[in-house]
Amino acid sequence: MSQAAAATDLIAALQRHFPADALITKPEDMTAYSYDGTPMLKGMPSAVVFPTTTEEVATVLRLATESGTSVSTRGSGTGLSAGSIPNAGDIVLCLARMNQILELDTANLTILVEPGVINANVAAAVEAEGLFYPPDPGSMRVSTIGGNVAENSGGLRGLKYGITRDYVMGLEVVLPTGETFFTGTKCVKDVAGYSLKDLFVGSEGTLGVVTKILLKLLPKPAARKTLLAIYEKMDEAAATVSAIIANKIIPCTAEFMDRTTIKCVEDYAHIGLPLDCDAVLILESDGHPAAVDDEAQKMEALCKQHGARSVKLAADLEEATKLMTARRMAIPAMARVAPTTILEDATVPRSRLAEMVRFVQKTAEKYNIQVGTFGHFGDGNLHPLFLANELKPDEIHRVHEAVGEIFDHAVKIGGTISGEHGIGLTKKAYLPGAIGELNVRVLKELKRVFDPKGILNPGKIFEADQPGMEGTATFTHTITRGITPEHLIPQT
Amino acid sequence: MSLPSDALTNPVPARPTANPGNPPAEFLPPFNTLPDADGHVHGHGDGGSHGHDSLRTLDYAVIQQCMHCGFCLPTCPTYDATKKERNSPRGRIALMRAIADGQMDATKTFAEEMYFCLGCLACTTACPAGVDYAQLFETARATAEHAGVLQSPSRDWTRRLLLKGLFTRPRLLRALGRMLRIYQASGAQWLVRKLGLTKLLGSRLAKLEPQTPQVRAQFSHQLIQPVEKPADDQVKYRVGLLTGCVQDLVFSDINRDTADALLANGCEVHTPPVQACCGSLHGHNGEPGTARMLARRLLDTFDVFKLDAIITNAAGCGSHLKTYNRLLADDKQYAERAAEWSRKCKDINEFLVEIHFRAPTAAPAGIPVDQLTYHEACHLCHGQKITAQPRKILKSIPGLKLTELSESTWCCGSAGIYNIVQPEMSQQLLERKLKHIDKTGARTVATANPGCHLQIANGAAARGKALHIAHPVSLLAAAYRAE
Ligand SMILES: Cc1cc2nc3c(=O)[nH]c(=O)nc-3n(C[C@H](O)[C@H](O)[C@H](O)COP(=O)(O)OP(=O)(O)OC[C@H]3O[C@@H](n4cnc5c(N)ncnc54)[C@H](O)[C@@H]3O)c2cc1C
Ligand code: SF4
Ligand code: SF4
Repeated sequence: MSQAAAATDLIAALQRHFPADALITKPEDMTAYSYDGTPMLKGMPSAVVFPTTTEEVATVLRLATESGTSVSTRGSGTGLSAGSIPNAGDIVLCLARMNQILELDTANLTILVEPGVINANVAAAVEAEGLFYPPDPGSMRVSTIGGNVAENSGGLRGLKYGITRDYVMGLEVVLPTGETFFTGTKCVKDVAGYSLKDLFVGSEGTLGVVTKILLKLLPKPAARKTLLAIYEKMDEAAATVSAIIANKIIPCTAEFMDRTTIKCVEDYAHIGLPLDCDAVLILESDGHPAAVDDEAQKMEALCKQHGARSVKLAADLEEATKLMTARRMAIPAMARVAPTTILEDATVPRSRLAEMVRFVQKTAEKYNIQVGTFGHFGDGNLHPLFLANELKPDEIHRVHEAVGEIFDHAVKIGGTISGEHGIGLTKKAYLPGAIGELNVRVLKELKRVFDPKGILNPGKIFEADQPGMEGTATFTHTITRGITPEHLIPQT
Repeated sequence: MSLPSDALTNPVPARPTANPGNPPAEFLPPFNTLPDADGHVHGHGDGGSHGHDSLRTLDYAVIQQCMHCGFCLPTCPTYDATKKERNSPRGRIALMRAIADGQMDATKTFAEEMYFCLGCLACTTACPAGVDYAQLFETARATAEHAGVLQSPSRDWTRRLLLKGLFTRPRLLRALGRMLRIYQASGAQWLVRKLGLTKLLGSRLAKLEPQTPQVRAQFSHQLIQPVEKPADDQVKYRVGLLTGCVQDLVFSDINRDTADALLANGCEVHTPPVQACCGSLHGHNGEPGTARMLARRLLDTFDVFKLDAIITNAAGCGSHLKTYNRLLADDKQYAERAAEWSRKCKDINEFLVEIHFRAPTAAPAGIPVDQLTYHEACHLCHGQKITAQPRKILKSIPGLKLTELSESTWCCGSAGIYNIVQPEMSQQLLERKLKHIDKTGARTVATANPGCHLQIANGAAARGKALHIAHPVSLLAAAYRAE
């Protein structure tokens, strides 16, 4: 049976289980589920289904497996590697309506949530109890916990507090067969069997669908201090971060923005960022008040020693929050200066940071493209953002050439091609080069264990090779006029 | 300056020259022969093909501006209600883009989606990328209207009646208002309702009937002289005052209050007795041609180069009035004036704060301002980014205690004529708003837009709640009067 015919049968079967409001197929609706946060790519699904219970998710997957139709799981669609862009004809499984907080356990410091809960809502709910959920991706007000888990998202506090993986204590997972299990417990220690939950963290919707998430919480830090350091030279900012860490201080945040980024962010947020400097660092220390005071003082001194033109301490919590919020807006704010913003996510060991920043700039110059760089300096996680116009295929091509060189260099100096945005479709061509063929083979074999028919997000992370699924990772069309998918997804 | 004051406005709005034989407004010709925007008479057109009237010809950069980050999703009331991407700003822009790209036609579903959007512009506040959703949304509705996919005899009739028949003819609107007033005041309203005669109106209009606001006994021109000078004759600013349509019929007292607050702050106030509708209703409802015609008429009514500011007190109008520069950018004759207009057009809250208004020294009489909350009209906070100014005015009033409303910037469901065309969603939003108001314990709600004013007042009345609704400028004027 052809993919299209299988999808039609599946939709008919799903109609017996879902009301019209929870299963939509109009072309206008499909258009609205044909993209995520990734530039230029688009794939039209054949239906979108909105389950509200684990059982409903199981029904969808069981029927999809039976009919051999592929399924793309979606949270809020803010992914930056095309993870939730469906292949043409896919069924989109949208979890946005599974958005209940199920249990906040203040004795064990855990929270159990459904996957469609928005990250910021978790943060607010636990803060009301004096608790703290540290992972705070830039998209925290929009992205879902399910998406965060599936991408193993980082955030602005990674340096001290780690990333999503470090807070996942347990997961409820539905397998493509419709079978459901829970992996993990509320116990701090748990070595009963392989740590399966860790396999699902960062699996980009290719192994199973996460339907409940048990997260670890911390007590809310008593104090917090935020510094803004201003530099004439980007190198000096990088050197400062290295010096801070070498001095055995682990700030909770060490964010960096270059001149282009600062201008765009200020344009939107109007918080008085300096427009005449080359770079700024946002440094934050949190914890016991005395320790925070001490760290903030030391960091200030180190900033100055390493050439900061000035260092400003945020007057109060409100000012500090504004600064962080503004930084979170960097990605979309950059869209003010160019219609197409192509964001990369290369990450290197902290000690190689300054070198990597220089390499990015040199490469952008070589290919004659505009770039703005910002990112999580403390994590060695750079976000060079190329400012281009998708209407110019030649420019897009040059961006891809530059990205290829940057990835090669990152890997060469001990880094990786993605720190937090995932591989999805956009980076899968680079994966073998980064982790090696054997590594990719093991990934594929693991996928076959969980998803033998290959119905879950086929073609994401690596090429699908299950019979019937190979051809699905193609796009009906791209978002823009005149550009073909070949321009956009580097071919393996 | 020694100009005769009355030279600053035209007593009678100029008619478009292309339409010399325009009959007196009181006589309504059949709708299909109503001249349109640019004076032409034809079926459904909106006169003159302006690039920005269609998604296919709109500058593609405006559409490209959206990089689909999704930051606007949590602020969109319709997405919040359904969690369906098509009901979100990002989804709607994707549909517009598909049309611009020629991948999709302006279908009926598309058109319905554009009318399900509130036009509240919360998405523009949230959007870091600077997407001009107002322009996209107006162009999208115009595209939908042009495609004619929503045409039905009753819809066409109502639209032409409202948009082309009534809201282009200020005198007719007042005449109708007068009749409505008699109907309401005479008790006939009660009789008609009792006899079930409203059923004869057709279901849409019948639903609307209980929402019909109480029309004032006197309209703005009966309350405000064409030119008024401050009591001490010390003129610091010369300003034009826009009286609006709904504001003029139902809230002419707010116009009087606005004039009073301006006078108390050294302004000479010019208020032409007959003013055209500003065209916001048309601009927001897919009639850009008519919107342009009305804009030209207003520009003819005020001599914008000789005034320091043009003042509006209706947020919905203000947010549209400020875009005359964009609306008439291609109009050789009017572009320059429109640009000046956009520079000078000010919301009353904005203007009073800008000129450092004088804080009143007495508490307003008879209004419970000690328990007050502030609802932000979408087109003030999102459309014009005016949030601090009304609060500043309120806080300057002696005895006033402002309790902040949670979700103060969330749409109340009025949204122009949204409450008429999408009653379900509108009621849901109203319910939510009233709940938050309840929680503040407020007895008075301040808000700066006639639509919100009516919506909240009707909602409270229907639920048997005693709530006082007031424009901030009315409270200010009342405080001045109490001095
Ligand atoms: C402006 C902006 C800023 C961002 N900042 C950051 C940042 O600072 N750090 C960072 O790490 N990322 C960031 N991102 C990327 C993105 O927000 C994250 O990857 C986020 O976790 C995606 O969540 P989502 O709900 O939007 O998921 P989606 O985009 O809908 O899905 C992402 C992937 O997860 C899968 N998936 C979703 N839910 C489930 C589930 N329940 N079970 C199984 N698979 C699932 C999907 O199939 C897909 O492969 C940013 C994105 C934007 C647009
Ligand atoms: S409208 Fe703005 S906030 Fe919304 S998706 Fe587009 S760019 Fe992002
Ligand atoms: S105008 Fe309001 S309803 Fe319409 S898309 Fe924007 S936020 Fe949503």
